[in-house]
Amino acid sequence: MLELITNNEILAAIVALLGLAAAFGALLGFAAERFKVEGDPVVEKIDALLPQTQCGQCGYPGCRPYAEAISQGDEINKCPPGGDTTIAALADLLGREPKPLDGEAQDIPKVAYIHEDECIGCTKCIQACPVDAILGAARHMHTVIESECTGCDLCVDPCPVDCIDMLPRQRTPDEWYWPLPDGPGHRPTSVTPTLIATDRVSAIGQGAGHG
Amino acid sequence: MAKAFDFPGGIHPPQRKALSTRTPLIQAALPTHVVLPMDQHIGNPAEPCVEIGQRVRTGERVALAQGMISADVHASITGTVTAIEEHPIPHPSQGKRLCVVIERDPNGDDDWCRMPPLDWRHADEDTLLERLRHSGVVGLGGAGFPTQIKARVRELHAIDTLLVNAAECEPYITADDLTLRTYPDDVIEGAQLFARLCGAERILIGIEDNKPEAVEALNESLRRHAEDSVPIELKIIATRYPSGGEKQLIKRLLNREVPSHGLPADVGVLCHNPGTLRAAVRAVRDGEPLISRVVTLTGEALARPGNVEARLGTSMHELLNAAGLKEDELARLVMGGPMMGFALDTTALPLAKTTNCLIAATEHELPAPPKEQPCIRCAACEQVCPASLLPQQLYWFAKAREHDKAELFNLFDCIECGACSYVCPSHIPLVQYYQAAKGEIRERRREAHKAEHARHRFEFRQARLAHEAAEKEAKRQARAQAASRVAARTAQPSRQEPRGEDAATAKEQVKQLRIAQAAAKAALRKAEKALARASEAGEGELDDLEVQVATARENLQATEARLAAAQKDEQQGEPRQ
Repeated sequence: MLELITNNEILAAIVALLGLAAAFGALLGFAAERFKVEGDPVVEKIDALLPQTQCGQCGYPGCRPYAEAISQGDEINKCPPGGDTTIAALADLLGREPKPLDGEAQDIPKVAYIHEDECIGCTKCIQACPVDAILGAARHMHTVIESECTGCDLCVDPCPVDCIDMLPRQRTPDEWYWPLPDGPGHRPTSVTPTLIATDRVSAIGQGAGHG
Repeated sequence: MAKAFDFPGGIHPPQRKALSTRTPLIQAALPTHVVLPMDQHIGNPAEPCVEIGQRVRTGERVALAQGMISADVHASITGTVTAIEEHPIPHPSQGKRLCVVIERDPNGDDDWCRMPPLDWRHADEDTLLERLRHSGVVGLGGAGFPTQIKARVRELHAIDTLLVNAAECEPYITADDLTLRTYPDDVIEGAQLFARLCGAERILIGIEDNKPEAVEALNESLRRHAEDSVPIELKIIATRYPSGGEKQLIKRLLNREVPSHGLPADVGVLCHNPGTLRAAVRAVRDGEPLISRVVTLTGEALARPGNVEARLGTSMHELLNAAGLKEDELARLVMGGPMMGFALDTTALPLAKTTNCLIAATEHELPAPPKEQPCIRCAACEQVCPASLLPQQLYWFAKAREHDKAELFNLFDCIECGACSYVCPSHIPLVQYYQAAKGEIRERRREAHKAEHARHRFEFRQARLAHEAAEKEAKRQARAQAASRVAARTAQPSRQEPRGEDAATAKEQVKQLRIAQAAAKAALRKAEKALARASEAGEGELDDLEVQVATARENLQATEARLAAAQKDEQQGEPRQ
């Protein structure tokens, strides 16, 4: 048998190729099982780009369902909290054309505020909150945990006494940062002094800077 | 003079230091009331631990540090807490922050509440660290980083050199100069204390050659402390801005380069400001928490410029008036130096731990910045950048909001020293562009982090609802089965045929649920491992990981409930076959 193969070149080639095919097939099969990717990685990536407000303004019950819908071919412009930046990022990821936002853009981040003296303690807003950011019990006053609130608006409609308002989120001094300057032709709005007059005075010969 | 290396770039702005060095350091008069902001440091604001109406003594703690990076706040006068409210603080945003207001006793006593003195040479390390933690000492150079965290650097890094940063390179500021002239012994004792805490083998004092009196005082003190355990070397360097930048000073004195995004500790160096060392030694040796600091009051709108040691929380208005403020000449009030400081709208602000200098400048002295002109690509900024960055490139990227590219060009290595803006012939406020870009990048990171957090909360809620629904369903099934059993007993079994199919599907369902249960268990184990790893390393967002673990647990419970229900179903089905 071995002699027959070594003597017949065609047969040797066929056997060698079959052997290789079997070996690599087994290897690939093993790798497919061993390194199996759970779920759809594209959905994960899309989900990571969405703002996770879970507001449902896209028509899906949360950001992940919308991510799944996008990966199935739905439009990428249905997320008002994300706005144009999210659309641009999604277009970049999926290689699609960016489209104008479908709906009204949310200009400033907001948080829900419950007028506590008006609250009747019906727990309807607690059930509506997608991120468990409302604290309270039946027939007791409810309140919003500000740091957890995503500003999704979902608690406003269920409230029977209309005691929830969406207010702009307060910025702490830690979150503050310098605005971008206006550009050439404007006086810098910055209050940082970067020019010392004595330097200019010395340049025109009225005496040098002090030591 | 010891050998000095060099850092790139740098500028030579007029010094203007002589204004405030002519008079010795004086003690400011005790204020009638103080306003103590809860965040005078980097990190989480402290939480007030006193009540309105409570009487406090000087040095008594009024606010507790919150979390890892934070510092306590102490009463700086003896009196009564009259308010705990939002009050304007010295911050570039001109914003308000929670403050504790203390009104001084009418009789005017300064009754101290000191901690017991410690002998730092013999006390054990934990006691010393504990003392630093309770005394609210933060970096007094201007950044305000809590000192006790720096003192614990040994846990993660090996330190060989303690660097005392006395360069004080920014024009106008002379607070460190006067501290060194007046209290050289305290500073050197503080350096020895920190050398002991961080395990440094030597102490280097880096000082610019424009402070001969401070050098003289230090030399004299060094002669007195000749027998001290850790050798101290005084290094005098030529005056050049910004040689007082931590990274620049390390490069200049030790020729070591702090890596990008790194700390001086990464190259075996710990850096401290002389004022901080003095505050630390006072906290340990005398048991006095940080309740005062040396501040430079200078500028041509002051009749008597100089340095004063003032209680924290004193109104700037009082301090400036005591220095002879000519209000009609005051054009701009600057906190910090003219290169890195910021202008204040009002003088009705409290003195904070980070206020090292107040410049009351006349219009002639610090004129309004001229109009910004287009960049002519002269590259003067590149020549002076002490961090070897490309300021012009960063400017274009910041302006176009191309943050990815700006980060690629190491935007975060910019120390915001202002040398580039200073030399720019087009008067472009370059540093503000970088600050804005950095702020936007940080904001984006914060948003991303918040979104991630919200996602975990949402997933947890979904899992919890699924768990609850599964349990409800299981209970409902149990009730239905009990009811059907009763029904079966009364009426003879008549519907045996369809059960066979039911049993088959039930078996299939149980099998699937078993697989789901195994997967949920694996997910829970994975989440728990991740949490254990993160909490061991002491980093990362633990609460997010905790939520993930809770989510996995809820998922497991939901599948288990469903599985139990299905199994019961199967058992019910089987005997009937």
